[in-house]
Amino acid sequence: MSVQSALPRQLQGQAAGDLMHFGFLTIYWRDMIRFVRFRTLLVSSLVQPALWMAFFGIAMSASFNRLTPDVPPIPGVPTIGYLTFMAAGVIAMTTLFTSLFGGMVLLFDKNWGLLREVMASPLPRDHVIFGIALSGMTKSFIQALIIMVFGMLLGAEFFRGYSAGEVAISVLGILLFVGIFSLGFLFLSAAIAISLESPEGMQGIMTLMTMPIFFASNALYPVNAFPPVLQAVSVGNPLTHLVNGIRYFAIGDRYQAIGVLYTITPSGLLFSLSVLVLFALAMFGLAWWRFQRAVVT
Amino acid sequence: MAGEIIKVSGLVHRYGDFEAVRGISFTVEEGEVFSFLGPNGAGKSTAINVLTTLLRIQQGSARVAGFDVATEPARVRESIGIVFQEVTLDRDMTCREILEFHGCLYRMPYGERRKRIEELLAVVELDAKRDTLTKHLSGGMKRRLEIARGLMTRPKVLFLDEPTIGLDPQTRRRMWDYIKAVNEEGTTIFLTTHYMDEADQLSDRISIIDHGQIIATGRGWDLKNRLAEDVIYLETTDNGRSQEIVGAMEGVTEVKEKTNGFVVLVNQDGTHLLPRIMDEIRGQGIRIVTVNLKKPSMDDVFVHFTGRNLRDERAERPSAAIARAGSR
Ligand SMILES: Nc1ncnc2c1ncn2[C@@H]1O[C@H](COP(=O)(O)OP(=O)(O)OP(=O)(O)O)[C@@H](O)[C@H]1O
Ligand SMILES: [Mg+2]
Repeated sequence: MSVQSALPRQLQGQAAGDLMHFGFLTIYWRDMIRFVRFRTLLVSSLVQPALWMAFFGIAMSASFNRLTPDVPPIPGVPTIGYLTFMAAGVIAMTTLFTSLFGGMVLLFDKNWGLLREVMASPLPRDHVIFGIALSGMTKSFIQALIIMVFGMLLGAEFFRGYSAGEVAISVLGILLFVGIFSLGFLFLSAAIAISLESPEGMQGIMTLMTMPIFFASNALYPVNAFPPVLQAVSVGNPLTHLVNGIRYFAIGDRYQAIGVLYTITPSGLLFSLSVLVLFALAMFGLAWWRFQRAVVT
Repeated sequence: MAGEIIKVSGLVHRYGDFEAVRGISFTVEEGEVFSFLGPNGAGKSTAINVLTTLLRIQQGSARVAGFDVATEPARVRESIGIVFQEVTLDRDMTCREILEFHGCLYRMPYGERRKRIEELLAVVELDAKRDTLTKHLSGGMKRRLEIARGLMTRPKVLFLDEPTIGLDPQTRRRMWDYIKAVNEEGTTIFLTTHYMDEADQLSDRISIIDHGQIIATGRGWDLKNRLAEDVIYLETTDNGRSQEIVGAMEGVTEVKEKTNGFVVLVNQDGTHLLPRIMDEIRGQGIRIVTVNLKKPSMDDVFVHFTGRNLRDERAERPSAAIARAGSR
């Protein structure tokens, strides 16, 4: 009948299960086309973080900076302004929002029947997850870079006293943290999207989730004033670890802000990274499981 | 050379308690055009979704292109193409990108992809629209693009779920020509439709499906012959007595009451039998108001096997219109 069915079964299996399968790039390519072509989405996703920085940053830093002079600075430790402190938080939050909503496109694809083509094709389903995650990660990278540049224009003191080489390494470090964090939430988002029917429902779940993640973290204020329970939550919160990583690379391993001393040791940094990696792996597992069960007609 | 390329036996599919497909079995030969003809809700799309592995098979067995849909879905997916009932084109991609994306999904090498895209855009006459976003295409163009997409990978079996729905008569005919041409190149076609003329013109064999069950299968003429050689429609001043008279005549297989008249199915040449029937009726002093003789159409076949008209058939041919008028 055909060459293919004449092949021994094992050989056929090899051809399809091929590890060097870049099918996810196809999904990535398509999602990026849409991102670029859908002007409002593109512009809003680029302008929104900048607006956050501009309004929130300037307003908040004015009031925080008015409070902090009362606290005596610790000698020998560099003091940073609130704008610098929160700029790292804004990168983290923007990554969180973008990633959590990154899977939404799957829900629309599913509802409009576009996902059928993909599900009926030989493309392994984990490639759909990877493709969407990769494009979400790309968007997060772009946003993170915009905030860094825009924040520094506004007066955030990132990379103070760094050499060009150190800046390059630090930016890569930040992108590493942002990347792994965004993968985790994109996997989660994809898992939710493939399991739900309505965008409104997904919107609701996202809002419910962002609240605690956002508030029980060190993104915009120090956590040492939290009650112990919240502090514990904050330690398990991926957002806290992302913020740790960004601040380590952008500001340094020892600084004070809002009258609080921050130190991050290399092992602390590694711990934060590990938490993010574990989170991403767990979320991938969740997404994989949901996708194996997904029925799209 | 030809073998069974689709083999389904005892297929059942339920949505909750509702049995949408109720134990169907059939085979499709390699190289043929096979149709499911049935009304809305008959279970056609459900069956296609199971055969194309979009729905997991629940009961029964199905093999497509030599692979079991339950245990080798990936193999099945590699061997088939699908054109879905609803439009499934990304509105923000161009025609070329739609085909490119599809080719990539199936891992076609770059050069082959490019070549195929050019070929297919020409075949479906969308050359001029290659860089147009699909949201700016007309309904018929979208359908053509989807058919082109289904053909990108030169599948062994192409599933077409109501391929010409919503197309104007002229475009429909062109579509049929494409489908026939594709079939002649060796692709087996499985199509569903609720247009009798489509099933009749396009397919080698037809299965009539209703309420999740296959009611009859065969070649178009075979199904028609099974029904009758000719169909005669009569209206008289006394239909009741006329039916009795005609029913007793030789060569008449069945007489069916209609609103204003009755239909006579005959198993011999109607052109000779009709004058005799008319003489018999007139001989009893009954006046004949209307008479019509025709070969059975798929409509008649469908009405015969299902006991009713297709729920939403549109009139395309005069004979079909007459049959419907007669059966109202
Ligand atoms: N996802 C679903 N959940 C519940 N019932 C369904 C679902 N999909 C289809 N059905 C039911 O199954 C039956 C068969 O539907 P199907 O779509 O297979 O019909 P069809 O023959 O393709 O009809 P049409 O010509 O209108 O496309 C219908 O009664 C329909 O209501
Ligand atoms: Mg259907």
